Amino acid sequence: MPTILGIDYPTLWFLVVGGLFSGYAILDGFDLGAGALHLFFRKEESRRIALNAIGPVWDGNEVWLVIGGGALFAGFPVMYATLFSGMYIPFMLFLAFLIFRAVSIEFRSKEKMKWWRQMWDVSYCVASATLAILLGVVLGNVLLGMEIGPGQEFEGNWVEFLNPYALLVGATTLGLFSTHGALYLLMKTEGRLYAKLTILARRAMIFFLVTFSLLTLYTLIYIPHLSDRFRSIQWLFSVPVLAFLSIANIPRLIAKHQYGRAFFFSGLTMALLLIVVAIELYPVLIISTVDKAYSITIYNAASSGKSMGIMLLIAAIGAPLVLSYTAFVFWTFRGKVKLDETSY
Amino acid sequence: MDVEILSRIQFAFTVAFHYIYPPLSIGLGLIMVIMEGQYLRTKEPVYEQMARFWTKIFALTFGIGVATGIVMEFEFGTNWATYSRYVGDVFGSALAAEGIFAFALESGFLGILLFGWNRVSPRVHFISTIGVFFGSLFSAVWIVVANSWQQTPAGFHVVGEGMEARAEITDFWAMVFNPSSVDRLLHVWIGAFLAGAFLVLSVHAFYLLKGRHVELSKKAFRIALSVATVFALAQLFTGHHSAEGVAVNQPAKLAALEGHFDSLAVADAYVFGWVDKKNQQVTGLSVPGGLTYLLHYDLNTPVRGLNSFPEDERPTALNAIFQFYHLMVAFGMAMIALTLFASFQWWRGKLFEKRWLLWAFVLAVLLPNIANQAGWFAAEMGRQPWVVYGLLRTSDALSAAVTANQVVFSLILFALIYTLLFALFLYLLNKKIQVGPESEERIQHNPRQEGMAGVLGG
Repeated sequence: MPTILGIDYPTLWFLVVGGLFSGYAILDGFDLGAGALHLFFRKEESRRIALNAIGPVWDGNEVWLVIGGGALFAGFPVMYATLFSGMYIPFMLFLAFLIFRAVSIEFRSKEKMKWWRQMWDVSYCVASATLAILLGVVLGNVLLGMEIGPGQEFEGNWVEFLNPYALLVGATTLGLFSTHGALYLLMKTEGRLYAKLTILARRAMIFFLVTFSLLTLYTLIYIPHLSDRFRSIQWLFSVPVLAFLSIANIPRLIAKHQYGRAFFFSGLTMALLLIVVAIELYPVLIISTVDKAYSITIYNAASSGKSMGIMLLIAAIGAPLVLSYTAFVFWTFRGKVKLDETSY
Repeated sequence: MDVEILSRIQFAFTVAFHYIYPPLSIGLGLIMVIMEGQYLRTKEPVYEQMARFWTKIFALTFGIGVATGIVMEFEFGTNWATYSRYVGDVFGSALAAEGIFAFALESGFLGILLFGWNRVSPRVHFISTIGVFFGSLFSAVWIVVANSWQQTPAGFHVVGEGMEARAEITDFWAMVFNPSSVDRLLHVWIGAFLAGAFLVLSVHAFYLLKGRHVELSKKAFRIALSVATVFALAQLFTGHHSAEGVAVNQPAKLAALEGHFDSLAVADAYVFGWVDKKNQQVTGLSVPGGLTYLLHYDLNTPVRGLNSFPEDERPTALNAIFQFYHLMVAFGMAMIALTLFASFQWWRGKLFEKRWLLWAFVLAVLLPNIANQAGWFAAEMGRQPWVVYGLLRTSDALSAAVTANQVVFSLILFALIYTLLFALFLYLLNKKIQVGPESEERIQHNPRQEGMAGVLGG
């Protein structure tokens, strides 16, 4: 297997996919989170401002999912096939809610009737929260391991994705996304909505801290394979410590009303938590609960070295381009939201 | 029904629904670039008005295109796991390129295209429009390359056996430029340009008939008519070239397209007809020896017929393939006739005087859209029973972990949600058309932001 700087291709591509999913979580995380809080805003104008705060960017944020999914398919087709077919129902629900949410955003502003807007506000909020939970549920199942048998096929029952651990990861994801979304909106709003959001950000943070603590305890007690690497290689323990520090920083900065910085740390927290997960799993992608020999790893799921080499080249050329114009777009729409004739 | 037929129905349904939107986005992208270019060149506000109007409709088609596109990507994994394992290595690089060079480009600049009119200078906005248009063109490149590889695989070798077999890439450029990708890409692009141009023609013909936005609509109509005329004619050549490629690379598909059974016989080209699979006969109006002539430029050379292929290597839905193919060809010819006639009227200076002609254009928006759908149905059904031609059968490509009940569930889910989505599309499209282009005075130009934009635009 060819290497770059002593790192083999599957490992590099594992980093690329991880980076893309982190990017997706950080970006779509705030607009899903903002959506999950939507019904807490009571006034029509507040809801419009909240929607328009994500208006120019939510579509672009979802593209990270398309690219992340594509990268997973490209680099680890076996993982893609097994995970998606094994988690058929959650993925189908995810797609349905994703479309439903987009429909809600577009439909809501087109009529003025109160019931009309309320209806789409409810569906937008429910869809956003459900999507956050479903992302967590899929991640939870990946962490827990799946019933993978010979031929790397999922052999379990389709309802197994609804297990307590996965649901707890789902709730934690919802908490973190909501906090992240509230902080994003705080940077984008002023006046009454801003005042309301200062309270919401705290509550979302508390919800996240509670679910996250439960999740940590659950993991340490019942799922030892998710912490054994940190026990055996002690310097790696600095990574979860960094994640905890990053989390602790969020309420500190919220208390000081430094929401922009708090937003940075809620994003960093997502990245660090995914790095913790990545360290623990590597080189396994999904552990088989049937027999460890059937586990999907970055090596038995990987595309050929030739294919990975081409893809790494493409990524190396493309990534700076993508980052530069993404930055340009966010810079163009910096500052507080003003409604105009192009708004929702 | 079994998992195979259900999964095929679901994929066909979701991809056909998806394919309403990307061609419109690509085609409108081209028209928007022309309109905005005209605005920058002439500084006439009317071009800015029409560009802004079509940008709104573009946003609609683009948004639904993205949402329904994610479904397609996920379905590879959810419903076609064996296929995904088989092709992943080959498609990987095409998908990576699509994601990075196309989607990110499109979606990145889309925000500026839609919401940035008052935030950036006209020139930066124009560049963003071009960025979005190029992004949509690139995205068509990679997906058509991937699909063409399924039709005419190249640049790979097969590793492993039986259910473990996988295709691995050996030559990236041979994969990209596989025998059918260039012909099919051009055909798809032009089909998309026609879809966009005919939508613009339809809406502005409607305005002209109603006496609304008359001056603007005349200008916009001429732009779209030029695009439509050029590409309706050009499509004839890409179509012909594609068919020649099919004759060489997928003879069974070609035979199915014309319902040609007997290998020893000269092949006819039908204008319309009906395939009787049991008696191996086609009833209809044909040009004797037409297919032979189109392929070999003589009237004597036999064309390989369906009978020369083993029973399990022939497409099964012969009449459907025949009908889809002939529908596409007929609608293509209708577009040529209509645009040539209209261009002739334009040359005589009488373009907007015939109400029936404008009504014809209002309805003609269906022609390219139905032709695009029909063409894809013919191409994909004609490839059966293979999902990767000659290598992987559709029946072997399924997800082993998925049951028929699960697919029924998702199929119902998609039927419901796509009904809602289609209702939304028609409702919003109608609403945007009713509102029409904003008048010049109503377009807000925020001076402060223009000042800032001036710095940006250099």
